[in-house]
Amino acid sequence: MGEFGTPEELLQAVKKVREGGYRRLDAYAPFPIEGLSEALGLKRNLVPAITLLGGLAGGIGGFCFQYWAAAITYPLNIAGRPLNSWPAFIPVTFELTILGASLAAVFGMLALNRLPHPHHPVFNVGRFTHASSDRFFICIEAKDPNFHLEKCARLLQEVHAHHITEVSDD
Amino acid sequence: MSAGQPPFDSPEIRRLTPVIGPGHTYGSVTDKISAIVLTRPTSLGWYVGFLIAFSIMGMMTVAIGWLIIKGTGIWGINIPIGWGFAIVNFVWWIGIGHAGTLISAILFLLNQKWRTSINRFAEAMTLFAVACAGIFPLIHTGRPWLAFYMFPYPSTMGLWPQFRSPLIWDVFAVSTYGTVSLMFWFVGLIPDLATLRDRSVRKPLKIIYGMLSLGWRGSARHWHRYQSAYLLLAGLATPLVLSVHTVVSFDFAIAIVPGWHTTIFPPYFVAGAIYSGFAMVLTIAIPLRKAYDLEDFITMRHLDNMAKVMLSTGLIVAYGYFFEFFLSLYSGNKFDVFLVQQRLHGPYAPFYFALILCNILLPQLLWSYKMRHNVAALFLMSIVVNIGMWLERFVIVVISLTRDFVPSAWGRYSPTFWDWATFIGTIGMFVTLLFLFVRVLPAISIAEMRELVAETSEEEK
Repeated sequence: MGEFGTPEELLQAVKKVREGGYRRLDAYAPFPIEGLSEALGLKRNLVPAITLLGGLAGGIGGFCFQYWAAAITYPLNIAGRPLNSWPAFIPVTFELTILGASLAAVFGMLALNRLPHPHHPVFNVGRFTHASSDRFFICIEAKDPNFHLEKCARLLQEVHAHHITEVSDD
Repeated sequence: MSAGQPPFDSPEIRRLTPVIGPGHTYGSVTDKISAIVLTRPTSLGWYVGFLIAFSIMGMMTVAIGWLIIKGTGIWGINIPIGWGFAIVNFVWWIGIGHAGTLISAILFLLNQKWRTSINRFAEAMTLFAVACAGIFPLIHTGRPWLAFYMFPYPSTMGLWPQFRSPLIWDVFAVSTYGTVSLMFWFVGLIPDLATLRDRSVRKPLKIIYGMLSLGWRGSARHWHRYQSAYLLLAGLATPLVLSVHTVVSFDFAIAIVPGWHTTIFPPYFVAGAIYSGFAMVLTIAIPLRKAYDLEDFITMRHLDNMAKVMLSTGLIVAYGYFFEFFLSLYSGNKFDVFLVQQRLHGPYAPFYFALILCNILLPQLLWSYKMRHNVAALFLMSIVVNIGMWLERFVIVVISLTRDFVPSAWGRYSPTFWDWATFIGTIGMFVTLLFLFVRVLPAISIAEMRELVAETSEEEK
């Protein structure tokens, strides 16, 4: 794991490490950095699709439920007015669409990120506490097929990382 | 535009009134904001303020307890005025909440950088205001322990809620709004909770913040999904916030009571909500920045912008009042015409004129650059608008209900001690929650401030 002082240095380093052939790596930053996802080669994420599904489920489910409640299971005949009074169901349908989509967005994001995840090996590095404040980290994972401890350390040195540490797994 | 003001949004004005004070780095914003929670000793002022607010909240607890024992007869409501304070206060509080969502969602979508340092506490304000708002319809039901009847659940009685009723729409709108606001706020807090976890020295704090932060580690993969989820939430919260006050206005507009049954209600309620909400954000922001030396983060630019939003939404509200008035006269409907006369000459006319003064006339002072840059005057103005917006709801609810179609159904309304105790008590609860919030959570989004530092340092290059 290597440490950097600015987002620009981190971006440069990520590009160099990727050029060095490593794919199983992650970068850590105290705030989202423009261009970092592209530099890491992250593909489109699934959060928007999940959100859409959540919204559709909320909306369609919400409308069908109201129809079922008002027209099938508990019909009230009020001066012969139609039971499927769909315009009156729109506000609740709308709210449930938003609710479904928002729940899906938040819980989908957390699930895809495998959160909550209170402990992770990177927390074993003492200086990593700065990752939530003013330092930027890059971590090459041992799972990478090209992984070789010394070569990685040398590569990180070449990209001018300030502190290079080995992350232990326990 | 008054003299002495540089042209709008020129580089000059950006230099003179930055969104963040000069010389800040990632480390310094982190230190300064997290110190309020972690290292700064709790001041005497905090204890005194908290104690006062907490006692007022205690008064609310007593008032609600007595209400549950005796029933809604302890309030000033009686037929024909079934709504009274409970609905006035409900609409007022829920309106206040709207500015928080507006700041966090709509200004985020519009890429307004100045929202960054005010969105966190504005969102907190939304949550607390929704909590205060939620109390009123609940206790107004008379038997709050049966309030779950309003939710659709498979009951042994085989009953389902009446989905054609605006009051049920309200249940769904407000509970969705509360849930989405809470999630939006919490998602925004996750990276900051991680910061607090990493910076706290004491073990129990580390564990609590660590659990709350869900193990956030700032991974680029996480940020990638986080950003899209946050953007989507902002996109979802925007139509939601507009729908919530629209639905609240339906509570009135769907009814055929004179003065309520009008199509201008939804837009004019939404504008009024944002108006009162921005007033409340200013009411909170001004003492907050003073007490915690946050003038570098909540700069004059913020106060100025908020004052401008207040002025413009205030003008929309004024337009709403005018058209309400005009349409009543133009319709020729004698009940509507009579209602206008009652507003101007009836027993509650002083409230109507006070409302015009607070919401339309006095806020015109905000056209002046000097006024917008005088912090004390701005604070007073925000209080005036808060009072004005409360009066608006009072006028809408009370005048229409006391003067409907037949004179035999007319009445008078005056709140009792318990009405006031409950209302003032919720203000105490709101302030109590705010005091706790600034003490245990970062009142300004640290992660977004760091982003702002990165962006401003790029601009300077």
